[in-house]
Amino acid sequence: MLLNQFLILGAVLFCIGVYGVIARRNAVLVLMSIELILNSVNINLLAFSLRNGSADGHTFALYVIAVAAAEVGVGLAMVLLMYRNRRSIALDELAEMKG
Amino acid sequence: MFAAEAALSSGFFLEHAWVIPIIPAVAFALIIFFGKKMPMKGSEFGIASMLGALVFAGGAGYQWIQRVNGAGAEAYVAPIVKTWTWWQSGGVQFGIGQHIDGLSLAVLCVVAFISSLVQIYSVEYLRGDRRYTHFFASLTLFSAGMMNMVVAENMIQLILGWEIMGLCSFMLIGHWWEEGPNSRAALKAFFTTRTGDMGLLAGTSILFFAANDWTQKTLGVSGFSIRGLSAWALSGDPSHMAIVWGAAALFIAAIGKSGQFPLHTWLPDAMAGPTPVSSLLHSSTMVVAGVFLVARLYPVFFTGMSILHSSANFIVIIGGITIVIAAALAFVQTDIKKVLAYSTVSQLGYMMMGLGAGAWLPAVFHIFTHAFFKACLFLGAGSISHSASHHSFEMKKDMGGLRKFMPITFTTWVISTLALCGVFPFSGFFSKDEIIDNVGHNGYTVFMVIGLCGAFLTAAYMTRATYLTFFGEPRGAAAGEHHDEHGDAHASHDAHDDHADDAHGHDAHASHDTHASHDDHHGDAHHGPHESPALITVPLIILATLAIGSGFLNAAPFGEKWENFKKWVEPRVEVISPTGLAQVVGGAGEARVASDESTDTTVAGEEATASGDSHGEEATAEGEHSAHESPCGSETPKDGICVAPMIHHAPFKWSKALMSMIIVFLGMFVSWTLCVQLYEKKNKSLVGLTQRNVLLGRGYDFLVNKYYLDALYENVIVRGIAHPIAAAAYWFNQNVLDGVVNGAGTFTKKVSGWVYRNVDQRVVDGAVNGSGNAARGLGGILRPVQSGKVNQYGALLFGTAAIGALVLVIINT
Amino acid sequence: MLAAELLVAQNVGFYLIAAIMVVGALRVVTSNNVVHAALWLVVVLAGAAAQYVLLAAEFVAITQVMVYIGAVMVLFLFGTMLTRARIGAETDLNNKNWMLGIPVAVLMLATMVIALNDGFGNEQLPLNAAPVDTKTISDQIFGAYLLPFWALSFVLLAAVIGAIVLARKD
Repeated sequence: MLLNQFLILGAVLFCIGVYGVIARRNAVLVLMSIELILNSVNINLLAFSLRNGSADGHTFALYVIAVAAAEVGVGLAMVLLMYRNRRSIALDELAEMKG
Repeated sequence: MFAAEAALSSGFFLEHAWVIPIIPAVAFALIIFFGKKMPMKGSEFGIASMLGALVFAGGAGYQWIQRVNGAGAEAYVAPIVKTWTWWQSGGVQFGIGQHIDGLSLAVLCVVAFISSLVQIYSVEYLRGDRRYTHFFASLTLFSAGMMNMVVAENMIQLILGWEIMGLCSFMLIGHWWEEGPNSRAALKAFFTTRTGDMGLLAGTSILFFAANDWTQKTLGVSGFSIRGLSAWALSGDPSHMAIVWGAAALFIAAIGKSGQFPLHTWLPDAMAGPTPVSSLLHSSTMVVAGVFLVARLYPVFFTGMSILHSSANFIVIIGGITIVIAAALAFVQTDIKKVLAYSTVSQLGYMMMGLGAGAWLPAVFHIFTHAFFKACLFLGAGSISHSASHHSFEMKKDMGGLRKFMPITFTTWVISTLALCGVFPFSGFFSKDEIIDNVGHNGYTVFMVIGLCGAFLTAAYMTRATYLTFFGEPRGAAAGEHHDEHGDAHASHDAHDDHADDAHGHDAHASHDTHASHDDHHGDAHHGPHESPALITVPLIILATLAIGSGFLNAAPFGEKWENFKKWVEPRVEVISPTGLAQVVGGAGEARVASDESTDTTVAGEEATASGDSHGEEATAEGEHSAHESPCGSETPKDGICVAPMIHHAPFKWSKALMSMIIVFLGMFVSWTLCVQLYEKKNKSLVGLTQRNVLLGRGYDFLVNKYYLDALYENVIVRGIAHPIAAAAYWFNQNVLDGVVNGAGTFTKKVSGWVYRNVDQRVVDGAVNGSGNAARGLGGILRPVQSGKVNQYGALLFGTAAIGALVLVIINT
Repeated sequence: MLAAELLVAQNVGFYLIAAIMVVGALRVVTSNNVVHAALWLVVVLAGAAAQYVLLAAEFVAITQVMVYIGAVMVLFLFGTMLTRARIGAETDLNNKNWMLGIPVAVLMLATMVIALNDGFGNEQLPLNAAPVDTKTISDQIFGAYLLPFWALSFVLLAAVIGAIVLARKD
């Protein structure tokens, strides 16, 4: 298998995730897009880890997964809070930090 | 060749005569700082310093006499010259030092002696005065100034002393300046002498620039040095123009200071000062400063005024005029001090006339004798005012018959009057008559006649004054009328006001001393006139003794042996080498000159060593220039320099003396008779004569108004100059100066307005505001970036990252 | 089997799963229904786990399944439920600037693809690599990367506390 296969796969997922972050209005959907990005990173890490024959990539990928979990937890708590205050989780309504 | 130069003796006092002016100067400082706290209010410093200076001057005089006696009969006696350079500029060295010879010592002794007596006299006379301490301070400073002038080695130092004297004269005349007439008199004195002083500065400059080259080359001294100028004047070097103008300018200064016509008007007014001042400054010492100047720089005047060859010159004319007009004015005075003042002016005229006619020694001797008897006369007048006439000097109103009450004052007065008139054997005979004699002998015949007329007039007006004061019945204050309080005294003075015998009311006031200072006299047990206390009469006695005795210092009638003053004072007219100017070999001190020496006998000696000359090579040979004829003054000296011109002395003849004595007695007799007729017997044909006879009346008015000279000076000249100048100055101030200032202000305002509008508002504020606007604009542009929308932030972030990555990739491939 | 055959099988497997993953990802970002998007995400995650196995990372694959799919996705669905997402299609899930995302994504993709091609060319991964055993991973975690592990534990603690604090009703 080519290394590039995995890397390009990761790139594609990454870019789809980016599009999702930019284009999606719903806060939860944005978080899901961020998950896509994180997964692409994991693929990348593991591909390289295999190439280099070390277990560093695995360790790091595990850490990424843990962080992602933490992040989703906090993120959804915030979404909940947002919903409680505004009855809506549309991000374009959340423009109070406007300059 | 040169006369042999013997070693001349010197002495401590001679070598250090420059200390003499310093003693009173130090006393002055002490009086100023500590005088008020001293028990005698500072007068002790003054008197001590005067006595100290007198001792010093006496010692120096004694040593000088030794020096002269030790020299040959006609040998040149070098003065003791020392100088110390205090400033150098432009190649000229300004020095200060001493030039001590017979003339300086004679005048120095006179000054010190009379200053001492006057200060002792003033202790009593000014007791309780409001400015007692300052009076003594000024008097002491005056003495310091005059002594400095007399010992001066160069013109700059002489001018210093001269000016100090002028200042002190001003301060002392205006001692009671609270009364207007006194301060006016002081100012008049100061300004009039100042007018003359322009001549002093002009003359000094002219002579300096003309003489400096020659004096530097020949003698190594600057053109200010007195002996340099003396030698230069007789060297044939001066251009005629330079020396004539220099001499004339210096003489103008002498006119001002010595009260010659036409600048004599300040002297009578100066009588507003206290009597001790009049007797010290304005009779014996300060007013002879002008005469001293002429005598000191005599070679300059001798050459410049061609004294040898003419029968009339500037100096002698002025002197002659002064004698006569002053004597005439003395006749119409009712104030005793004014009589004495005009008498002083007249006697100064004698001295000037004598100098102008080549009678150097008699004129200098007259300075000497005149000082004594004139001071005695003034102090006598003060004594009368102090003890008899309640501070009034009016003869007609407040005196009369005082000989009974004031015997000592009367006796000394009479002695001094006889001396003044020139009666044998009093001192005036030996000096004044010598002047007249020598003036005639030297070819100035007209002026001899003037001198004789002056003698007549002198005798006459002094007799009148004596009669009015001491004879007849006591009048006014002398009659004891004013022995109460000030009220009466003031009443009497008011009475004097309407008395107006002259147009100038202030004359009447000027003669009264202030009352406030003499309170203690009113508590006196004595009513009426009485003799003065010892502190006043003792100086009178001393001076009267000298009025008799000083004449014998130069008693020509008795033969040459008696002519000591001449031997000691008159400069010897040898042709000397430039080194001989300051020649003292070995022994007690050497008089050094800044640059002096030459082992050459030629005139071109330059460089100096401090040692004395080697006299050996100038040895021997009385040249063809023996004692009695010297080329000095009439020819240019070869191979040497002259410092004094040859002057011929008239041989004394008893016949001439007798003739002048007859004239004097005639004057006395005529005056006495007239006085008795007019004042005692009230002869009808004489009383009121000037009112009846138109011509005499006009003459009288003319005299009383002092020839309208005062009116001319004050109203015409001064006002004519001052008014337009003042107006011009005012115009200049308002229009030009203020215009400039205002213009500057307006201009500044306009400029600042422009700057404000254009620079400040537009540029500076524009920049500041512009930067603010730019920031706001930029902020406005950048604000949409921060929309608060997460999606947008994400877009930005990733977009920027993408672009960055692209750039990186492109760069690296 | 022969090595060659194994290789072919891996390739086929990879491409199949990759395709499913890409489609799933696309459906995540374009779906109109939040729940559908969540389910499509599950697909993507599962596919990722399969890829991990291909990459000889079995432990990570299992962890992915358990943590990501098992916990994170459940969390997502809970969140969706709690925020009253509509059941059924909605039309306004894209914000108004969604078109901005396309060029950004495309640009990024292009950059990365070019870079990767340029960088790694035809590099082959090692064949028949033995899967990394758990022991090695645990040695790494508790050995070289102990400090990040601790940090991570703090992160998780903070996340838990934070989530509770944020979400509690006060």
